[in-house]
Amino acid sequence: MKVSVIGGGPGGLYASVLLANTYPDWEIDVYDRDPADNTYGWGIVFSDSTLGRLREADYRTHERITDAFTKWDPIDIYYGGEYIRCRGHSFAGLMRARLKDILRERCAELGVTMHWEHTVKDPKAHAEEADLVIGADGLNSTTRETYEEAFKPRVTMGSAKFAWFGTEKPFDVFTFIFRENEHGLWRVHAYPGHKSTFIVECTEETYENAGLDEMGEEEGLAYFEELFADHLGSYNLESKLYQWRNFPLVKCRTWSHENVVLLGDAAHTAHFSVGSGTKMAMEDAIALQEAFIEKDASDLESVLNWYEKERRDPVNRIQEAARTSRKYFETTERFTDLEPERFAFNLLTRSGRITYDELKIRDDRYADRFDRWFASHATGEARRTVARPPMFQPLDLREVTVENRTVFLPGPSSEGTTGLPGDRQRARLVDLASEGAGVVMTEPLAVSERGRLHPGTPGIYTDEHADSWTDAVSAAKEHTGTLGAELFHAGRRGATQPRDRGLDRPLSDGWELLAPSAKPYTRRSQTPTAMNETDLETVREAFVDATARADEAGFDLLQLNMAHGYLLGSFLSPLTNEREDAYGGSFEERVTYPLEVFDAIRETWPDEKPLTVKLNATDWRPGGFTLGDAFRTGRHLDEHGCDLLCVVAGQTTPNDRSKFDSQVLERYSEQIRNELGVPTMSTNYITTTDDVNSQVGRASADLCAWHPPDVDVHY
Amino acid sequence: MQVGIGLPNTLDGTDRDLVLEYARRADAGPFTSIGVFDRLVYHSLDPMQTLGVCAGVTDEVRLATSIIAGPLRSTAMLAKKAATLDVLSDGRLTLGVALGARQDDYEAAGADYRSRGRRFTRQLEELRQHWEGDDIGPEPVQPGGPQLLVGGESDPAYKRVARFADGWIGAGGPPRRFGSCAESATAAWTESGRPGTPAVWGHGYFALGDEETASAGEEYLLDYYAFTGPFAERIADGLLTTPQEVVQFVRGYEERGCDELIMFPTVGGIEQYERLERIVESEL
Repeated sequence: MKVSVIGGGPGGLYASVLLANTYPDWEIDVYDRDPADNTYGWGIVFSDSTLGRLREADYRTHERITDAFTKWDPIDIYYGGEYIRCRGHSFAGLMRARLKDILRERCAELGVTMHWEHTVKDPKAHAEEADLVIGADGLNSTTRETYEEAFKPRVTMGSAKFAWFGTEKPFDVFTFIFRENEHGLWRVHAYPGHKSTFIVECTEETYENAGLDEMGEEEGLAYFEELFADHLGSYNLESKLYQWRNFPLVKCRTWSHENVVLLGDAAHTAHFSVGSGTKMAMEDAIALQEAFIEKDASDLESVLNWYEKERRDPVNRIQEAARTSRKYFETTERFTDLEPERFAFNLLTRSGRITYDELKIRDDRYADRFDRWFASHATGEARRTVARPPMFQPLDLREVTVENRTVFLPGPSSEGTTGLPGDRQRARLVDLASEGAGVVMTEPLAVSERGRLHPGTPGIYTDEHADSWTDAVSAAKEHTGTLGAELFHAGRRGATQPRDRGLDRPLSDGWELLAPSAKPYTRRSQTPTAMNETDLETVREAFVDATARADEAGFDLLQLNMAHGYLLGSFLSPLTNEREDAYGGSFEERVTYPLEVFDAIRETWPDEKPLTVKLNATDWRPGGFTLGDAFRTGRHLDEHGCDLLCVVAGQTTPNDRSKFDSQVLERYSEQIRNELGVPTMSTNYITTTDDVNSQVGRASADLCAWHPPDVDVHY
Repeated sequence: MQVGIGLPNTLDGTDRDLVLEYARRADAGPFTSIGVFDRLVYHSLDPMQTLGVCAGVTDEVRLATSIIAGPLRSTAMLAKKAATLDVLSDGRLTLGVALGARQDDYEAAGADYRSRGRRFTRQLEELRQHWEGDDIGPEPVQPGGPQLLVGGESDPAYKRVARFADGWIGAGGPPRRFGSCAESATAAWTESGRPGTPAVWGHGYFALGDEETASAGEEYLLDYYAFTGPFAERIADGLLTTPQEVVQFVRGYEERGCDELIMFPTVGGIEQYERLERIVESEL
């Protein structure tokens, strides 16, 4: 078999080593545009699991690589004048140049022919000549470009600017430095090697503020040597190819086409902050070797399918973690209000792969210090030596102290009669209160008969309803915990059948619906009546009356629903509010009515009790309510006395493009919390204490709606 | 978790006798459902008609389409066929539907491929309307119509589960992958405000016997899924060829909250039924 390898980086060379080792009679040629001893880049990093795989694939290479290794296990974080160390992260690294030397040497031993300073302009010619072409030609792969139609690559650029430097200064462990100066916040990723690697990253804005776009190499290096003088000491920064870049994310629909296969950066990239580029390229090479062993070389399609099958999942996972990590470094400014301890915890858990529990395993002393810091922060006590994890720390909202960070937040059920809660609906409040959550909420309670979702939606719009809730509340108060009532008006989503068989299925004999504008929710839904002045007044009064009843019934906390396409939520969204009066049009006009209702409620609801709002982070629909709108709405609500935002998304229209990955709602909660500096409740579907500790620990949320597997939060 | 068995309706040489034998024995044996695959441009038996024949010789097992491509069919026709099957099986139909990825099936059926996502969403909404309405009978035995499961591993698929269905049905694969998809379906369900939890069903493929049987099974899967490229390799990779693998797989699904796991033979003949039955009866 004749193999052409385009690109003589670690991936291409390692694939050649493995194939030549397994199939000594194959004719393998490597082509690279650069001279043999030229190498871009500084150090590279491997984790434990990668090393195991290298050993299995080719023992000799593994031995030589590990001989050249520097190993370390802590991550150091410098931020806000503090220094925090977390141990237990096994890393090993070496210089890229050294790795290439080892692989070149091994290639030579195995009879691989290497053609240096040989630019391959036409991969197609190679594909005609050779039985297999391996496109290992990196980020700007000519091979990928040549077969663009087949590979269907998508390249998206990151928003941050970064540059790679080296230094003789020994950074003996993975080091993150965050430094603010008059131009902005600078992030440094530094790690050990024969020489240390020193990557500087910043936002486009900081880059321009500092005038880096107009600075030459010498001036640029001097700027950072001065800025990081306390870390570098007398050592200089060095640069191989002085260049500020944006990180390109490469993804391909497929990695093989006929007898051409992509590998490494040519096929997929991952942000350098997860240190996985070379690791992925070398793991690709191993999978390719295995594919030939597993399948018959004469059936190349099967071989390459097998290779792709083997690599797709791990690569996707790394790319996903790298995407989250990249986003973190693009938006670190949002976290600069966090205390250093929390800032560091957030940094360590940023990609979602390392959680609170995982940190406890890796470095229990670090985790213990964090628990103690969190406990004293949450309780206001100067020092805590014995502390429980973040989940169990209290949260003060006005004069109510929520005992822990978990919330039971049930969804709509349908067992009431004309607004009177059914036995099971009331029993649910008591049952859930006995389970020990910090806050137990009711399902959304209708503030008027027409505001019900189903005929069986419980309400709180008559004295009889209030009495019924009073009984449930006093029974629930036998247990500990904060009891909350959520108020809503279903708006144009009202008058539907119970949700047992689906959402938004209209009743055949519904009631008149109210909405900002006369637009039905689905094609089949009833068309609502656009609210006139009287309706606005009546509904506002209904919310106020319900508030007074909720207070009398003994609820400690009140949540106002402005989300999910219900009445107040549909005032906020331009998709559902087409009013031409003072309550529709611009953002400020659309937010007016919900704010009026909020103010009226706040006035009625006792000062000592917290009032929270359930708010959409986005409509997930072009032209709809956006995260920016959520920020603005949240800011208004904060100024008007809202104590916490319960962050949800979507359902404003039935055709939204909702996302259900496990972190998306957490991220919205985090953004709103840290952008506005208001407490939030996250509502993504989480089931473990680890999830709660991680979310609260990294300041994604102050409270978490929780779904432990053995509790039926939704009957 | 319950275990069902797939009929060999896409395997060569399957005839009336084999289908009836599978059905009768499953009904009397340890299985709680029988499943069928759906493919148009392939030498396979039609899924709905195959289940129709089985309805007549069984009393207990659920009859499941697992999975048929919804938008390949007109909604009214599908609604009627499903309602009919539900009546003839006395309320035992579970209708698993998904988009279907075979372009040639769509071309052959004269159904538009590109718009299938949009049409599928609409179809799910209308199926219930037909089953609950008076125009297109019969009235299904199960109130509101057959149990409706939606397949697919994307956000739009999970959203369809939450908005319209009774649960989610996975396309096969290792337990871990099933677990993470089922969790996404449950997340969609809960975050959308549906009460309770969705039913979650899974699939497995087996070829029990000697090495020759295993490679015959693998060959069948590679052929059946050839159109998916690398994905076919992934499916063939998961083929269960020993009792140990079957037991591990079943336990893995059970641990991840699967309600019903349907095991499909990949080699023809009744021996595969017997070998799986033995494992299910003695080991599970």
